This record gives sequence, structure tokens and C-alpha cells, in this order.
Amino acid sequence: MSQSGSELLRHIKGQIKEVDPSEVVQLLGEGVVVVDCRETEELTAGVLPGSVHIPRSYLETRIEGVVPDRSQRIILYCASGVRSAFGAHTLMAEMGYDDVESMAGGFILWKDRGYEVEVPRSFSAEQRERYSRHLLVPEVGALGQQKLLDARVLLLGAGGLGSPTALYLAAAGVGTLGIVDDDVVDLSNLQRQVIHTTDRIGTSKVDSAAETIKALNPDVNVIGYPTRLDASNIIEIIEGWDIIVDGVDNFPTRYLLNDASVRLGIPVVSAAILGFEGQLSVFAPGHGPCYRCLFRQPPPADMAPSCGANGVIGVLPGTMGLLQATEVIKLIVGAGDPLIGRLLMYDALAASFTELKVRQDPECPICSRDPEDIGDDELGVFPDYEAFCAASG
Amino acid sequence: MATIRIPPVLRPSVGGEREVEADGATVGDVLANLVEAHPATRDQLFGEDGDLNRYVNVYLNDEDVRVLDGLTTAVTAADSLVILPAMAGGSRPSLRI
Repeated sequence: MSQSGSELLRHIKGQIKEVDPSEVVQLLGEGVVVVDCRETEELTAGVLPGSVHIPRSYLETRIEGVVPDRSQRIILYCASGVRSAFGAHTLMAEMGYDDVESMAGGFILWKDRGYEVEVPRSFSAEQRERYSRHLLVPEVGALGQQKLLDARVLLLGAGGLGSPTALYLAAAGVGTLGIVDDDVVDLSNLQRQVIHTTDRIGTSKVDSAAETIKALNPDVNVIGYPTRLDASNIIEIIEGWDIIVDGVDNFPTRYLLNDASVRLGIPVVSAAILGFEGQLSVFAPGHGPCYRCLFRQPPPADMAPSCGANGVIGVLPGTMGLLQATEVIKLIVGAGDPLIGRLLMYDALAASFTELKVRQDPECPICSRDPEDIGDDELGVFPDYEAFCAASG
Repeated sequence: MATIRIPPVLRPSVGGEREVEADGATVGDVLANLVEAHPATRDQLFGEDGDLNRYVNVYLNDEDVRVLDGLTTAVTAADSLVILPAMAGGSRPSLRI
């Protein structure tokens, strides 16, 4: 027997739970996932603080990526509570979610009641055009682009990995990029360090990278640190950044960065390359293992080859650097499954990826402790540290 | 025979191969047979105490053998072992402490 749209809505509403905005306002930030299921263009009037956006038309295909746990409490809302009612019914009746409610009256009633809304930044006409392909992607959209423009990402090095990462993060509109590098552009860099140019040989890499970035996207503010990272300056340099991109070529700096980033709670998107092979992982303090959980200590200096000594195929840092940039963007906009607790190995000669599990070490000398207890004199220290540094020059 | 994936840093020690095969019922047996066939791998894999070096991880398929039964973890012919040494190759040869 067929039924009219209004009959169907009445029927559906009889089968789901509705929740009043006055209750929802108490639940924000309390572990409930609030899903805005309106279309992207409806968001300009504002959204509920902390809500995630999945348009109704993508709800079934994308909800598992956002809420994998079927027992998680979810509140759906739309403009008036109709689409969210149908959505709530589908999630519970068809997809096995246990606890889904639809907010009665939707965003219109929420706003009429005077509750707080987050209004996405208004973009200039040029920004709407520049980022138009992002604005069309549901996982980014206006809110994601705003997050990118507000984000602060620190790149350790404007070299092989840092070059492609910086270029694509700048193109994506990451608002503030920090670059730590005390080197100058050398002719032998240009086989892979694509942010620099032949006419800039001999100039500072920080300045060269900033020039390229500004030419690519004037929205991006570049903060240069023409210095070397060491135990005396690392906390000062990395404090206040949202995400750090690590591609340094030596173990002492990797351990130093790990320990300092765990202390400050800053996620690190890390890659390493050698020859035709790359490794990639995301170390997010409080959410997964740290670098020391993966490798408790570095190899002795004579077993730790670097690209400078052993060479690298020029495209490889491009591949790995862009995988890093992808993870950075995912972390910023909150899309997908970040590479936390996993390590991706790329074998360019075999054209194959291998994924390995990285477990948090309950006895990790750094991340198993209260971050505030990690002292200045412990940062980057490992057994035989003095001998290692002496041997590696 | 289990397959062992050899990382770049160890390839010179196994004649340049990316993968080798070795017999053994446990991870320890397979690695012992690898070392017997390619003695140059010994010092890079094992410390003087006979344990795996802390800067080398060995995975049975995708799981770190340290969270399984270590060197006594059982291995079948269908399994792959992945040797993963810490690797720091990156963007800046001049960045040193």
C-alpha cells in the first residue's frame, strides 16, 4: 500500500527517537556525535558547535567512516528535522546503529532559541574560486577549508620531503607554514627538492621556499627558522604548532623531536626514505604509539645510512612527501582514518605498499609517562647517545 | 619455507635480494637459517645476548613479533616475515646535533 510523503514522515517519526534542542545543548562536547546532514550550501547560516557534516545523500556511505562504533550515541539534525528523521530511521533500521536520535525542529528551531552557532568564515571571491574543488568535496567543504586556513603546520626541512609537502599544503590553503632549515640551495638538491630553482642556488632554503609558496598562494603566511633544531631550541620552536611534518635524515633529531612533541602533545607526520623505499607513519600523542614505541633506540651510526651517503631516487621523496601532506590534511579537516598505529612501507621498485601495525609500548620510556614529567635533560637522549653523535659527526 | 622481506640496508648482506626464503618452525628458527645462509646479517639482526636488536623490528605478516611470542612465535610456509630497521633517510643531510 502506497502512502503519501506526510504519512510516511509520521510513520517514520513514530519509530525513532526525537530530541529537543534544549537537551542537545546540554550534550554538546559530552561524547555524543552530532551530525549535520544538510547540504553543503545550507551551512553558510551556521552549524552546531562541534558537529560533523555528512550531507543526507551521503549519510549511508560515509557514516561508518565518521562513527565506526554502532553503539555510539548519535544526534542527527537538518534544517527542520525531516531529513534527519529519515536518516535516523535508516541508520537504526538498516545499518544497525543502536542509539540515533533526530533533533526536533532542526537548525531553524536551534537558531530561533538563540543557542550558539558556528558560522563558517566567509570566503573572498578569489578564495571561493581558488578552493572551489575543495569546497565541492564533502570531507572538506567550507568548514574544512576554514580549518585549513586556520591551521599551523611546521615542516622540519625544505628538502626532498619538505619540498612537495610544502607546495601542496600551501596550494591547499594551510594558512601558516613554518619551515626549519639552516641550509642553502645546492645544485645537487634540485634532482628532488622541487620547491627550489636553479637561479636560487646559494640562497637560503627558507627564503627560497617562502618565495615559491608566496607565488603559489598569497593566503599562506610563512614563518622561517633558518637554524638547526637542537635540545636547546626545540621546545621554543615547535610549541604552538598544530602538526609537525618530520622528514629529517638523522636519528638524534628524530628522537629529540619525538620526545619534545610527546611532551607538548603535538602530532607528528613522519616519513623516511632511502634508495627506492619509504616509510610513513603518524605519531599522535595520546592517540597512539610514539616513535620510541616503534624503535626503542636507533641503530649504531655505522648501520644508519642516510640519503646523502647512499642516494635516493628523486621521485621517492615526492611520493612520500605527498603521502605526508595527505595525512596532514586529513588530520586538519578530520577526515578518514589517519595512519596512527600503522606504518606504511612503499617499495618503488616492486610498486607495492605494505602496512604494518605499530603498537603502543606500555613500557615506553617517553609516552607511557605523564608528559609534564619529561624533563629538558631527557629530550632526545638514548643509550650510547654520545658515541652515536661522535660517530655521525 | 617462509618468505623474508629484506630491507635496503640488509640487501648487500644477502646478495642484493629483496626477498629470500628460509625454513623454520618459529621466527627464531627462520632467522637463524637466514643468518646461516647469509652470515653478514647476524650483527645487524642480533645483539650479543642473542636477542633481536632494539632498532630492528620483525613482523609476522603485519604484527610485531614482540607482541606475539617473540622469537618462539610459530611460522608456517604461507607466512611472510618483514624485517624493519629504523630508517632516517630524509630531506636534510646537514641537520645534525
